[in-house]
Amino acid sequence: MPIKSYLAHPHSGKKNELIEALSSIEQCEVVAAQNKDVIILVTETEDTNQETILKEKLDTIGSLKLLAMVSGFNTPQNN
Amino acid sequence: MYTSITDRRKFIKKMAILSAMTAAATMFPGILFADEQEEGIPNGANLDWKKAPCRFCGVGCGILVGTENGKAIAVKGDPNSAVNKGLLCVKGYHQTMCIQSKDRLTHALVKKNGQYVKTPLSEALDIVANKMKETIQKHGKDAVAMYTSGQSTIPEGYVASKFMKGAIGTNNLDCNARLCMASAVAGFLTSFGADEPMGCYEDIDHADYFITWGNNMAEMHPVLFSRMLEQKSRRGAKIIDFATRTTRSSTASDRSILFEPQTDLAIANAICYEIINNGWINKSFVEKHCNFSKGLTNMGYGLEDNYKFKDKPSTIDFEAYKKFLEDYTPEKVAKYSKVSVKDIKYLAAIYGDPNKKVVSYWCMGMNQHTRGTWMNNLVYNIHLLTGKISQPGNGPFSLTGQPSACGTAREVGTFTHKLPKGVVTNEKHRRLAAKIWKVPYERIPAKPTYHATEMFRAVDRGDIKFIWTQVTNPLVSLPKTGRYRPAMEKDSCFVVVSDVFPTPTSDVADVILPASWHIEKSGLYGNSERRTQHWDKMVDGPGETTPDAWMTIEVAKRMGYGDLFPYSEENHVEEIYNEYRQFHEGAKHGMAPLEVLKKESGVIWPYVNGKSTQWRFNAKYDPACSNGENFHFYGKPDGKAVIWQRPYEPAPEVPDATYPFWLNTGRVIEHWHTGSMTRRIPVLHKAMPSAYAEFHPEDAKALGIRNGERIKVTSRRGSCILPASINERGLPTKGQVFVPFFDENMMINDVTLDAFCPISKEPDYKKCAVKVEKV
Repeated sequence: MPIKSYLAHPHSGKKNELIEALSSIEQCEVVAAQNKDVIILVTETEDTNQETILKEKLDTIGSLKLLAMVSGFNTPQNN
Repeated sequence: MYTSITDRRKFIKKMAILSAMTAAATMFPGILFADEQEEGIPNGANLDWKKAPCRFCGVGCGILVGTENGKAIAVKGDPNSAVNKGLLCVKGYHQTMCIQSKDRLTHALVKKNGQYVKTPLSEALDIVANKMKETIQKHGKDAVAMYTSGQSTIPEGYVASKFMKGAIGTNNLDCNARLCMASAVAGFLTSFGADEPMGCYEDIDHADYFITWGNNMAEMHPVLFSRMLEQKSRRGAKIIDFATRTTRSSTASDRSILFEPQTDLAIANAICYEIINNGWINKSFVEKHCNFSKGLTNMGYGLEDNYKFKDKPSTIDFEAYKKFLEDYTPEKVAKYSKVSVKDIKYLAAIYGDPNKKVVSYWCMGMNQHTRGTWMNNLVYNIHLLTGKISQPGNGPFSLTGQPSACGTAREVGTFTHKLPKGVVTNEKHRRLAAKIWKVPYERIPAKPTYHATEMFRAVDRGDIKFIWTQVTNPLVSLPKTGRYRPAMEKDSCFVVVSDVFPTPTSDVADVILPASWHIEKSGLYGNSERRTQHWDKMVDGPGETTPDAWMTIEVAKRMGYGDLFPYSEENHVEEIYNEYRQFHEGAKHGMAPLEVLKKESGVIWPYVNGKSTQWRFNAKYDPACSNGENFHFYGKPDGKAVIWQRPYEPAPEVPDATYPFWLNTGRVIEHWHTGSMTRRIPVLHKAMPSAYAEFHPEDAKALGIRNGERIKVTSRRGSCILPASINERGLPTKGQVFVPFFDENMMINDVTLDAFCPISKEPDYKKCAVKVEKV
């Protein structure tokens, strides 16, 4: 059950578009900075396979310029 | 350890968000996540937001606490605070979560037949007063002592000083700021004759260079570091990290320069040598505003009980000083400092460039140093030689560790040698205190007694037979706790501990008094930039918890000093502050009236004609300057600052064949000092659950130690077992071990050395010799 956090950097002027795109993905939780062009993205997936699929999905988002991982945790599924 | 979050996945997600917020704060200074700050607020909550300074570090960030139905629900940064402009660090956001801890001290506990018995507070205070009185009758007034804190509020510190020095008539009062700021105080007094920085945080908005001396600001002063990073990205300001270990600050800086422990003394002198040798000296400034002096050398290190030292300053001339610096050419210093000639010259050139504004920042690296006063003097020398001082963006700036180390310990004066204005050795200062306190002048002793380390040595020797600690946890924070823990357990000393939570110090107490936490009382703190901040009580504390100031007053009354403490329980903070303000009347240190402090998010002193003085000693900004020149260092009788001749001397204990590593101790961003509060905040405790020992990877490889393996760090005094940390948060230089001190289960201070600066009496927690073994 991987939980990871990232700093997501949007392309110029695309912050709201990126928030919308990330928020629409079930495994994603988004916390947007109020005053800077950066978004905290927390992903929660069932396993590494699903995580890979999610990562591929994220890579297709046009408003996303850069995704930098900050932390990663793995927890037993029953917790 | 109590944990209120039961859903582990939810908790981990929270931690993941926090990690990202912390990273973002380092990369994007001033970043705000308002939605997250208010996420935990219940829907429909009708919060009453009240301002306060943060409970933790000396930066003094403004916070807004949201309360509803008598409970603190949320904390956010105060956007009106000039200090943090709405930003907070992880500790700041979560501070009020510790109040609800299940093991909170809610009632007085009195030890009877080896067991703690819940006792009505009034009865416990009777016991404390009777014991104190009886001890004085039997053994004299110097057999009782109080040990307070840079986390005590201004009124708490003030009544402690009045009680001990004015009522009882003993100077047996010292505080834990001795462990963190005393060298800064001694440095300011010897160089300028007046304590505390001349500049303010607004210097950050003007400086071209920030040079941090042994100071991991990214973790210890994160909000200020964020402000520096903002200037880095906005204006191209440069940060130079000068330290003994690679940290988060180093990696975020433009340049990281590492030096061998203790050689900062030599490098500072080498910078001065270069400034003079290259003609970068500001001659007219130095001629008009500076004198040259030297003091005694080979002072020792205070390792023996009853150690005494008094410096004997003598005047020298510029030529003698220049001659002295010949021992500190970059070429000579590079040989033992492990800093290249090129890097020494690079640092000197920054200070020497007349077109660049430079602020030097430091905190424990320079202060917790057996030559801490000298080190402070030497950085002042650099700024004085170049005239880069007391101007926006130009100045030396000693940062504080605790939230009111300046406001309470230094300004109120809760040190053995201090009074609310001046020192006990000065008759004029004693007379002023006696007048305001309405006590006979003769009652205030003229001689200082025990500084912190010597106070606990006196407990061990049996000279002190009663000690009352407030807002501090010395049995985790003192150096060489292996001596002082058994000392406090001895039957020869009656121990009273006033605190919010149980600690290893309260474990040895005869009486435990339940103290109110921060927002459960009104108070005032003073931060690093001379900013005094007031807050009103926001919530009721549990059980019989009571403000420390009021408990001191109650004991004083029981001992027959009631007429000196005529304050009311409801308004004592206001009444005490108004009395205290009288000590600092005038343009040099005027404090703002309480009604102003209630409205504003803090006010910088000197507060003159309704205005804060941001840059002292500069006639353009400081109304106290009266010599008709641009600068006036009025703390000294002749209005001139002192450039000190201070040599390099080695540390008292250096690595050898048996103990081949330096031990350096310090803090981490998640925890406040000994962890008694932050380890009860689940999100912070889980983020950093235990201490660790950092190594250089090559040392770890040579010793066959892998990350996470248990290792034993041993000195001549004791040992401590911890997990190894290799290439994780920080990276010590080869031959060095770093251990944070927040973890009471891994007592690294059993290992440290109680050597101190002979002038300031501040211990050195950054340097002693240890060996390391796998267990």
